[in-house]
Amino acid sequence: MNLDVNLAEYRRTARMWLEANTPADDAREADGIARAKEFMARLYDAGYSGITWPARWGGQGLTQAEERAFAAESRDFTLPTYVFSIGLGMTGPTLVDRGTDAQRERFVRPLLRGEEIWCQLFSEPGAGSDVASLQTRAVRDGDDWVVNGQKVWTSVAHHADWGLLLTRTDVDLPKHKGLTMFVVNMRHPGVTVRPLKDMSGRANFNEIFFDDVTIPDEHRIGEVNDGWSVAVTTLLHERLSISSGVGMGTRRDDPTALDGLRRLVDTTDPLVRDELVELHIRSRALALFNQRLAQETKAGVFPGARGSAAKLLLAELTMYQADLATRLAGPSSVVGEDNPLSQAISLAPGMALGGGTNEIMRNIVGDRVLNLPPEPRVDKTVPFKDLKVGTQA
Amino acid sequence: MNLVLSPEQQELRDTVRSFLGAVSPLPKVREGYDPDVYTRLNGELGLSGLIVPEEYGGSGAGFAELAVVLTETGAALLPGPFLATTFAAIALTRVPDKELLTGIAEGRVVATLAQPAEEDGLAAESADGGVAVRGTLAQVLGGMEAGVLLVPARTGDGVVLVAVDLTGEGVTRTPLETLDITRGQARIELDGARGRVLGAQPQDGGIGDRLAVALAAEQLGVLRASLDSIVAYAKIRVAFGRYIGSYQGVKHKLADMHCKLEQAESIVRFAAWAADESPEELPAAAALAQAYVGRACFEVARDHLLLHGGIGFTWEHDAHLFYKRAKTDEVLLGPPRIHRARLAQLLEL
Repeated sequence: MNLDVNLAEYRRTARMWLEANTPADDAREADGIARAKEFMARLYDAGYSGITWPARWGGQGLTQAEERAFAAESRDFTLPTYVFSIGLGMTGPTLVDRGTDAQRERFVRPLLRGEEIWCQLFSEPGAGSDVASLQTRAVRDGDDWVVNGQKVWTSVAHHADWGLLLTRTDVDLPKHKGLTMFVVNMRHPGVTVRPLKDMSGRANFNEIFFDDVTIPDEHRIGEVNDGWSVAVTTLLHERLSISSGVGMGTRRDDPTALDGLRRLVDTTDPLVRDELVELHIRSRALALFNQRLAQETKAGVFPGARGSAAKLLLAELTMYQADLATRLAGPSSVVGEDNPLSQAISLAPGMALGGGTNEIMRNIVGDRVLNLPPEPRVDKTVPFKDLKVGTQA
Repeated sequence: MNLVLSPEQQELRDTVRSFLGAVSPLPKVREGYDPDVYTRLNGELGLSGLIVPEEYGGSGAGFAELAVVLTETGAALLPGPFLATTFAAIALTRVPDKELLTGIAEGRVVATLAQPAEEDGLAAESADGGVAVRGTLAQVLGGMEAGVLLVPARTGDGVVLVAVDLTGEGVTRTPLETLDITRGQARIELDGARGRVLGAQPQDGGIGDRLAVALAAEQLGVLRASLDSIVAYAKIRVAFGRYIGSYQGVKHKLADMHCKLEQAESIVRFAAWAADESPEELPAAAALAQAYVGRACFEVARDHLLLHGGIGFTWEHDAHLFYKRAKTDEVLLGPPRIHRARLAQLLEL
């Protein structure tokens, strides 16, 4: 009871801060980086960055309850935190969980304060859902490692100072056993960032080329050839951060949500009404599931792989909403500059692909929530150099 | 809003689950209603009096607890008039009657509730200190097992809630052939049947909303048990040299069914909380509960049957029992579109 009172007070204070400090416009674009960094510093100084992170490394040392409460309050605002979302949701928690004290000391606080921007370098052209088949090589050279290869789908890399990089360090071992994780300086010579336009026409992510890039061994995360277990930590945080919307800078007025859509369409048409009822049902069902997961977390039950069910449902809802909105609005939904419905239908597939495809999410729910028997694997015990990987004619 | 079970509610759930597993396993469910099981359910666990206020000898529990119990009776496909009596108790919490509430709490009174559409409603006129009730009810849940029927009836003073003695004169009950063999319905003709006026029939939808929440809790149980059953089978059934649960064609469907379970459970907790704590949110929560959970329950029961393969289509297998209960429940309170229409109205679309 007392906790609830404290939490309500926390929410009220957070809301007041958000109302006073959230800038009016979105800072996703390059010229907004300076403003985004300035906002992040204020967010940090007010105690709303790294809410659940250990105080020793610069976090607030609070619980998921406060984090979810802040996320819930911030949903009504457009926070310019997009460029920090990878650091806050994925690479930062990985450093906290798996980094050395020296690494935490060096990286965590600047990350939380928005002084340094992070990206995550796992996927490759030949390794998406099956990321453990990646081919970017890191070869030891004295106290350094030399990296060559290519990464892809790397959000915010064009702004990033640091990247969390998964590499192959031993091709004679099975695929999961020859990987090593590093922190790479994105400003280092030999790192080439090339913007990659997504289907909405915007370059929200990049492909990255590494040509003889050296990384000091002190920037290795975890043991040599134990990179997969570090990557699993990152991916777990990724799914949780997507499903809870932490640091994602969510939009204030979603034109595909019920409140936006009802203003666009003829609600006296019974067919339209029933479509809107279906939208309400699906949105409420997922919102209540997310709230229940939050309450369970608060009560000490960690959602684990059930977060993948929430992520899958969010991907499906996002696609359904954009599809429904365009069908209800009709021809006007597909013309015009910056038409929000055109943008919504163009961006919707992203949620079903990024952070693990719907098929991968279903595998995770099946394997780890329902404990179904795994699929037979042909790739787990063979040396990596003998495996088929990528796209083969 | 509380969407998580308290330790006490978890204990209640475990107690009811193990009790039903022992006294009403599926092979016994096929034999239909067993009054002894019903007596023990009410005597040993006091379940019929769960939501009856303490002043009438009940436990005075809320919908959060009732939902926990109904989820378990649903998962067990408990035969007989438990849901019907619960429906009657829900009406009696809105229009209290000491004699009936006490009787239900003690397990002496088996009751049911009918909610006919107004145009074919019943008529009641004064007779011998009570009323004589006339009219026909085409389908009454638990109509053969119940001793008392609660039903709205027209009088000169408006529509009242009447308790009709189903064992007395002027009552003709005809058992109906039902899709769901585990739970009966009856046609009831009343021709001057003896009744007692309990009070004015509430017009605020408060009874109907609570029935919707209670039914959704049962549907959640049917959904969960269906999923549990097919998940267990997918771990032992082999085809083409592999457990069928290892095939993505099966695994992905089961994952989608799990997603429905997660959402259905969240909605039932929310709706039960609203029934207890938030009357202004109850109408939309109740309509949401039937609109989502009713459909999800049938879809999961259907897919659980289909994924069993040919054996699921046999009379001997239990899959059809869940499938038929799910379908019967989905239409129990009316065609499902009424819940969607209610949502549209409440959302002011």
